[in-house]
Amino acid sequence: MSLTSSRPRVARAASRPSSAGRLQAWLPRLVLAPSVAISLFFVYGFMLWTFILSLTNSRLLPSYEFVGFGQYARLMANERWWVASTNLMIFGGLFVLICLALGAFLAILLDQRIRQEGALRTIYLYPMALSFIVTGVVWKWLLNPGLGIQAMVRSWGFESFTFDWLVNPDMAVYTLVIAAVWQASGFVMALFLAGLRGIDDSIIKAAQLDGASLPRIYLRVVVPCLRPVVFSAVMILAHIAIKSFDLVVALTGGGPGYASDLPATFMYAHAFTRAQIGLGSASAMLMLGGVLAILIPYLYSELRGRKHG
Amino acid sequence: MDNVIRRRTPAARLWRVALYAVLVVAALFYLLPLVVMVITSVKPLDEISAGSLLSLPMNPTLAPWTKAWGEACTGMRCEGVGGYFINSIAIVVPAVLISTLIGALNGYALTKWRFKGSELLFALMLFGCFIPFQVVLLPMAQTLGWLGISSSRAGLILVHVVFGIAFTTLFFRNFYVAIPTELVSAAKLDGAGFFRIFWRILLPVSAPIIVVSVIWQFTQIWNDFLFGVAFSAHDTQPVTVALNNLVNTSTGVREYNVDMAAAMIAALPTLLVYVLAGKYFVRGLTAGSVKG
Amino acid sequence: MSALEIRKVRKDFGSERVLKEVSLAIDSGEFLILVGPSGCGKSTLMNAIAGLEPVTSGEIHIAGEDVTWRTPAERDIAMVFQSYALYPSMTVRGNISFGLEMRKMPKAEREAAVERVADLLQMSHLLDRKPSQLSGGQRQRVAMGRALAREPKVYLFDEPLSNLDAKLRVDMRTEIKKLHQRLGTTIVYVTHDQIEAMTLADRIAVMRDGHILQLGTPDEVYNDPVDMFVAGFMGSPSMNFIAATLEGAPGRFQLRIVTPEEDDLVLPWPRQRETPAMTEQVGRDVVLGLRPEHFSEEDERLAGQAEGTPLSARVSVSEPTGADILLRLPLGEREVTARVGPTCRVAPGERLALRVDMARAVLFEQANETRLA
Repeated sequence: MSLTSSRPRVARAASRPSSAGRLQAWLPRLVLAPSVAISLFFVYGFMLWTFILSLTNSRLLPSYEFVGFGQYARLMANERWWVASTNLMIFGGLFVLICLALGAFLAILLDQRIRQEGALRTIYLYPMALSFIVTGVVWKWLLNPGLGIQAMVRSWGFESFTFDWLVNPDMAVYTLVIAAVWQASGFVMALFLAGLRGIDDSIIKAAQLDGASLPRIYLRVVVPCLRPVVFSAVMILAHIAIKSFDLVVALTGGGPGYASDLPATFMYAHAFTRAQIGLGSASAMLMLGGVLAILIPYLYSELRGRKHG
Repeated sequence: MDNVIRRRTPAARLWRVALYAVLVVAALFYLLPLVVMVITSVKPLDEISAGSLLSLPMNPTLAPWTKAWGEACTGMRCEGVGGYFINSIAIVVPAVLISTLIGALNGYALTKWRFKGSELLFALMLFGCFIPFQVVLLPMAQTLGWLGISSSRAGLILVHVVFGIAFTTLFFRNFYVAIPTELVSAAKLDGAGFFRIFWRILLPVSAPIIVVSVIWQFTQIWNDFLFGVAFSAHDTQPVTVALNNLVNTSTGVREYNVDMAAAMIAALPTLLVYVLAGKYFVRGLTAGSVKG
Repeated sequence: MSALEIRKVRKDFGSERVLKEVSLAIDSGEFLILVGPSGCGKSTLMNAIAGLEPVTSGEIHIAGEDVTWRTPAERDIAMVFQSYALYPSMTVRGNISFGLEMRKMPKAEREAAVERVADLLQMSHLLDRKPSQLSGGQRQRVAMGRALAREPKVYLFDEPLSNLDAKLRVDMRTEIKKLHQRLGTTIVYVTHDQIEAMTLADRIAVMRDGHILQLGTPDEVYNDPVDMFVAGFMGSPSMNFIAATLEGAPGRFQLRIVTPEEDDLVLPWPRQRETPAMTEQVGRDVVLGLRPEHFSEEDERLAGQAEGTPLSARVSVSEPTGADILLRLPLGEREVTARVGPTCRVAPGERLALRVDMARAVLFEQANETRLA
């Protein structure tokens, strides 16, 4: 095609778009511009800003005296940070696993042509509409040894029954798991149920004709189809776990002592009440790192999946 | 799995009974806290220390509710959570409306007026859904100070709009992607421009996603605690912060019934929305999170 | 002056060149059909004419004015989309009058225009319905009404019938043809359905890979295709391509078709269809193109008098369609399809005597698939 390559682009220079046309072409960009600017400043700019703060010795007020990665070193040497990080591992791990198991279990049960399915679904899911503060307040009351579940069971005659995790430094973090699972497992159920309903009915019919039993159909046919759902659920739950702040504040206050601290409460305490802005910033950056560690593989597989799809 | 033929043997019937039993027990687990909360909130204080969690109130009273609304102490002040409830409304309503409108326009521009790099811009904005907000707290505090709106309702509205746009844009983008672009082409040929097409063609069919976006933003902002506690003063706190203060105020006798009533007050708006528009609530949750 | 003229239009999507210098001129009142397989660039060309996609280079003129860089709204064209693209929130009336409203036509005139169009398309009773309350055929009608109400310089139809079921499609096809004959509008119509193209068009442009391969009347494109692609694309069942060797010399060319397990079949090439180019191809492999209707069964009453070249073959499959019968029979190394009358009684496996109308046959070079004769 020697003909095509020998002709330069003359058309664009020869006749310009009309002014109305040019405005129309730029309007979408103009409309998006404020949001993009907001995103650049408030998300990316602030991330950078926090990173810079984490390199300074800021205490009560931001200062810009740089101390390199000193704050990160202090963080690594800080016992409370390690407690908070370990707690996040325990809390996050259990929270994700139990939510997945419970959510999948309930979804499969609900998928058996249950009467009143709608009502049950509504009941399982409603905690997700609540604030974590409300959840924390309620469970604090339920788990209060003197007047809550422990007292109730004892009043039934089980005098030696003990359920004092809320005030037990070794167990306080597990109360966070209970309350968080209560709040979020219904949501996982809804995700799984949507996934189950989305599976092509004919696949299941074909498996039935092949003579597979119901449990086997679930195990061999249905569950593999739900892989993407599991993936998204893990992603969302891990995200909730890392961001968990309000629940801790309302339920345990990070206590007893700092036994149930999480990175989010650690960050807030140091940045806003303990006048350790530098250290708080460093901990925030590490939290961001944690989120990215989950997010990047997820986005990678999503994008790859989309291309293949 | 519908349309599956099941055997009707005694064993199968037993299996069904067990199935329902498990489902009902699970329902009780989810309902218990709410039931306890409601029961406790209408019990006099002496019945709480005497009876157990689930014992029904003998002399039900609304006194804890009125106290929680108007008199209970939240930190230094003893004016109840009522004023903070109003604060929350004053923050939530504008923040929801503004972020939904911006999200709708963004979603429209991103899907129906694609240009080189528009997908990249979307990905750029989407990242805002994922960051832990701890990473923006300190710079935000300083920026609000510079803008002269720290510790004000306006400041909180700004914060919620700024960090809500990513979600609302995602909602509307995913919704408008499914609307045939030919509709916009037809309107262009008919002579309509950018805003006219949005207003006359797209917006009238956007009711479902507007509901999803409004509900999502409403619950998110109403339930927010982190921004509320970080960027508010005594008189601009949202109700979640006030609730936490009320529960943690350690002067005098712990009034659990008032705590529970206050928790109910803070929970009612979102619960109400959930009951009234549960379908859209779930859709928002799944759209906002799965499609990320 | 042409109603629409496309001059050397090119369109790139990234590094992919979707339109490679397309030029085309359409007279006022002409019905032009762009036809081709999916991905041939016909829809891109349509969008370029509409102004929905900017072209990479080239010019587009409507009624003598250069509109290359004008917005769709400024071009004064109307388009009927495959999905109809009816505004879902508006009634039929709203859909039809929207474009007029955008052009600031006074309300009374708008209403008159809506009534006129509704009468024309016999859909007055549908005016207050929403698109979701209409059947597929009715939606199609409304989409056309919306275009007609505007009275634009050029109408664009983008596969407007492909979402309809087979029977409705035929009815609407006829209706579009009647409308065009009555209103004398200028229409550019995209389709991948070659029957639509044959029945509706004044002229057909067959496209492939961003080129217009052939632009001509339906008769030209069907009976006088420029290459094997056009020949194979137009017509259903499609043209049979038979590998052969060209032999002989001017005045006595013949085609030798090697048939396995039988004697070679030799078909003389009619003298009136000879071309000078054939001489160079003697001894080379060529492709003989025969449409199914170029075959006919030997009528014994006309023995010896019928036109055409006789041949016989063993029928492998017989497919009656009602109006006629399609036979599959081996000819050379592959099977061909022949269309014979509905009364032809032949069972699979039997030999049948046929005649081939070589005067209508076409011949292609095998190497580059272009037309030889």
